[in-house]
Amino acid sequence: MCGIVGLHLRNPELHPRLGELLAGMLCEMQDRGADSAGIAIYGDQDWAPSGVCTISLVDAGLAVEEVSTTLRGAVGAPVDVLQVGDVLLVRADVTSEALLAAVKALYPGVLIGGFGEDLAVLKGVGTPKELAASWGLAGVQGWQGVGHTRMATESAVTAAGAHPYAVGPGECLVHNGSFSNHATIRRELRAAGVAFDSENDTEVGARFVAHALAAGKDVATALTDLTRTFDGFYTLLVSTRDSFAVVRDAIACKPAIIAETEDWVAMASEYRALAHLPGVEHARIWEPEPEVVYAWNREVVPA
Amino acid sequence: MSISGTTPADVRFDLAVTPLREVNQLLHADGLSGSFAIDAPAGAHNVAVGLDAPVAVAINGHVGYYAAGMNKQAEVTVHGNAGTGVAENMMSGSVRVTGNASQSAGATGRGGLLVIDGDAGARCGISMKGIDIVVGGSVGHMSAFMAQRGRLVVRGDAGEALGDSVYEARIYLRGTAASLGADCVEKPMTEEHLEELAGLLKAAGYDDDPSSYRRYGSARTLYHFHADNSY
Repeated sequence: MCGIVGLHLRNPELHPRLGELLAGMLCEMQDRGADSAGIAIYGDQDWAPSGVCTISLVDAGLAVEEVSTTLRGAVGAPVDVLQVGDVLLVRADVTSEALLAAVKALYPGVLIGGFGEDLAVLKGVGTPKELAASWGLAGVQGWQGVGHTRMATESAVTAAGAHPYAVGPGECLVHNGSFSNHATIRRELRAAGVAFDSENDTEVGARFVAHALAAGKDVATALTDLTRTFDGFYTLLVSTRDSFAVVRDAIACKPAIIAETEDWVAMASEYRALAHLPGVEHARIWEPEPEVVYAWNREVVPA
Repeated sequence: MSISGTTPADVRFDLAVTPLREVNQLLHADGLSGSFAIDAPAGAHNVAVGLDAPVAVAINGHVGYYAAGMNKQAEVTVHGNAGTGVAENMMSGSVRVTGNASQSAGATGRGGLLVIDGDAGARCGISMKGIDIVVGGSVGHMSAFMAQRGRLVVRGDAGEALGDSVYEARIYLRGTAASLGADCVEKPMTEEHLEELAGLLKAAGYDDDPSSYRRYGSARTLYHFHADNSY
């Protein structure tokens, strides 16, 4: 199994409740697998302040001060580092490329959980309840969040095998299922110059989408391409800073439910993860059809 | 669709207060009779499973997987949506879902009547073995897959591969099928079938004209090994 959840908040009045609502969704899915878990939060000013780049270093075992000082020397700008559980959120007012290059050069082998503006990715080994508590998830804010709780089938139970896979700028992908032709696609992507962090099947899906977005495709096109390229079972939730999308394979045996109100769009493996959302009793609730891409875009609220 | 907890009942359970296992165990008591209401299911799995008594059970809200599974004798109504495998392996009695049902509704059912007022997802009636299923809306892909016995009535449309590898179950469809599965063919509607369908619609509370339906079933070409089917 595995459980996935996502919440895209349309009503800014709900932004302060993002973490609380997402934590409830994720922890309700703990029965679907609890060997590791992860989240991506868009828009929390403490975790990923607007206007700067944030990079997540997962299970790095490094000291905050040391990372801050070392990276400052490398990028030539102040680098602020926040420890959240076992994840370091490295923030600096430089481009993603510059900060990523410095991190990779100075800390080779450290797992990068995600990077980009407004995005904080946290993941690790443990139950979602333990991890959400260690991160203080219930207290965070923002306009969008996704979560994943894992029952490993395809690769090892490690932080690198935990979802989300956030391998493009501001992008994030979570997956319930298993890809069967991932080795072939990984080989093709490697030949095209794409580097991988793990042997995990989902990472291949995330790299495939990131590769398509980097080539200028939109999310819906990238996911349509994915349905034509990948074989296996999947329900995927793909997010960027400004979009939120769901797609399922042709067989559609991995569960998914979407609920939508004027205030939010929510997606989960099962309805019970949505049962506590405000106004769910009036939501439009449906199961996504196989191989249909459902996508929503954020309407940026003027400051 | 009503999901309010207002159905009258002799005994009420609130799943926000009473643990599900306790509720199910109480519903398994010897010599049980009367009516029961279960409020606030909040998508829980296995609500009102394994009943074997002539009781009426109203579940007020959306349920998760396998609601009313293995039902015998009881009349269960879900006032809301149902997750995967509602009324799976039902033996007798009836289950009604006032909203939509997820995949594998009525899977492997041996008897009884399952009515889904809304739509049913993929694989509705997969491997059914005698259950009758009436769907008010449409059904998803691969419905009645390997269906052995019983009747599937669909008032709306059917997704791809309807009746794939169907055995002797009968499928009545009012709308159109996106495609028929392997060995599933349209068959003539005779008096016998019109009468059978009228009875099923009546039992489910619908008054459609049976002649507006088409019947589908097995061409029986997969019953025996054929060299052309190997690869």
